[in-house]
Amino acid sequence: MEKTTINQDSGSILIKGVSYVSIAIFALICLFPFALMISSSFMNEQEIVREGYKLLPAEFSFKAYEMLLSNSTKLVNAYQVTIFITVVGTVLGLFMMSMAGFVLNRKDFKYRNFFSFLIYFTTLFSGGLIPTYILMVKHLHLKDSLFAMILPGVVGAWSIFLMRNFMKAIPDSLYESATIDGAGDFRIYWRIFIPLAVPSLATIGLFSALGFWNEWYNGMLYMDTPDKFPLQYFLQRMVNQTNLQALINSGAVINTADLPTQSIKMATAVLATGPIILLYPFVQRYFVTGLTIGAVKG
Amino acid sequence: MARFKLTGGNIVREVMKNKILFLMLLPVLLYFLIFHYAVMPGAYVAFVDYNLNQGIFGSDFIGLKNFEFLIQNGDLWNITKNTLLYNLVFLVLGNIIQIVFAIMLSEISGKWFKKVSQSVILLPNFISMVIVGVFAYNMFNFNSGFINTLFAGAGLERYEFYSDPGIWKYIIVAFKIWAGTGYGMIIYLATITGINHDLYEAAYMDGATTWQRIRYMTLPILKPTFILLLLFGMGGILKGSFDLFYNLIGTNSVLYPQTDIIDTYVFRSLVGQFNFSMGAAVGFYQSLFGLILVLVVNFIVRKVEPDSALF
Repeated sequence: MEKTTINQDSGSILIKGVSYVSIAIFALICLFPFALMISSSFMNEQEIVREGYKLLPAEFSFKAYEMLLSNSTKLVNAYQVTIFITVVGTVLGLFMMSMAGFVLNRKDFKYRNFFSFLIYFTTLFSGGLIPTYILMVKHLHLKDSLFAMILPGVVGAWSIFLMRNFMKAIPDSLYESATIDGAGDFRIYWRIFIPLAVPSLATIGLFSALGFWNEWYNGMLYMDTPDKFPLQYFLQRMVNQTNLQALINSGAVINTADLPTQSIKMATAVLATGPIILLYPFVQRYFVTGLTIGAVKG
Repeated sequence: MARFKLTGGNIVREVMKNKILFLMLLPVLLYFLIFHYAVMPGAYVAFVDYNLNQGIFGSDFIGLKNFEFLIQNGDLWNITKNTLLYNLVFLVLGNIIQIVFAIMLSEISGKWFKKVSQSVILLPNFISMVIVGVFAYNMFNFNSGFINTLFAGAGLERYEFYSDPGIWKYIIVAFKIWAGTGYGMIIYLATITGINHDLYEAAYMDGATTWQRIRYMTLPILKPTFILLLLFGMGGILKGSFDLFYNLIGTNSVLYPQTDIIDTYVFRSLVGQFNFSMGAAVGFYQSLFGLILVLVVNFIVRKVEPDSALF
């Protein structure tokens, strides 16, 4: 008896110890690229050229940020584009999806199974990138339009079903009493369901906003005018380019030799990720709720 | 399918009765009709010799020629193989690591530590793959990458990561795991915390060690979730993670032999070579076999565990 108790203790202590250490190490691995990116953005250009990016640079320099902020036309532009598509896309998407979720949850709506399947089927089979491109460019004429970055991702099948499931939690009796009081369908949706669905709207809205904030793909496919590039695509071009002058400012003359080419790439990345990292601690629990509910089944 | 009887008179009456509801559903319906269903007939472009001026349905029909060409030059086999192998590794290795971390996280007791580490591990899930591409550049580029800084500091020679296709297999898998562990971990952790606490209590009373508890209780309880996620993952095994691959590899053709997947190939045929038909043929092949795979997987799931089937 004595012996097993000791075994049990040492075994569970060992497992606990291993767990703490491995989780801590993995968490540090998760943070490492962020830390490296931030410290690289504060590095002196000569030090990068001489030795390379470091986690702990010999000296700190704000030159990259000064350069970016004093020639910020393009960056500000990219920010504006991203903020525009994020706000418009999220609001439009939430409105469309919450209405659809409301309707698909209504038991007196006869064809809800048919329409649900119609939406669901698009997750199983798609026409593919090339027919999509042809449709967007030749038929919808969305080439170089900001809506090419908003419309393709404005709603998602998974989010609609999530919304419908959230609406299920709202008791039918509420709806019934409102009908007796003579309220129309839209009024019931707007006055009763929307206020009650705020937590779920927040969850889905955050997912949607994150998607638009991180958008670069449609920007790359459809945008021609550099002024309409979203932030992430702007960053992608910045990193892949050796001559940064054109990307930073077309007007002002900058001495190319003075340009902190390597640190400026990282500084742009910091400015593009910054809002997410700053907001993350506050919105994180909504994401976790969304992930666990969504995983249970659509 | 008999449920969806859409006889003419019926539907008109229904629309009249529920005008407002139909109107409220309309925006979403239009979205799916335009951006998904209107695209589907366009898959026909895979069977023609696409000519920009004549459009999809005006171009010459050439049957399966595009597919024949892709099979003969070996491209189709190569990208299929790469896509399958990468996804298999992502799926199996990814899920195992997620389970291990979920179990470890459930075993520790420090509340603060648990909360913070969970948030930190989930963080990579929220950044764009463009940033992941920046991270890779930050670490691996020849002149100033962090790893090369270390090499140079240790008196070793700098390494040309961006011209060695072999090493990118590991870098791609590492970043995929890095970015995806938090998400899966939380799903598995939710399953573990959903286990009835009394069960653990009883096991503890019976003198089960922590290891026995994990081995004989937690793991068997996670097994169905694991198998389900694996199976559904199999259904999507032909879908590549375009944004990960494109942001890590970009247009560096030296690396293609081991890093080219279906989605990057289709993309290139669109923007690089303007070979619409060839790209569409690959895309159609991917969609069709993807659909078949999902149907097969769902059929299997319905036999084994009817409640978890998708449809």
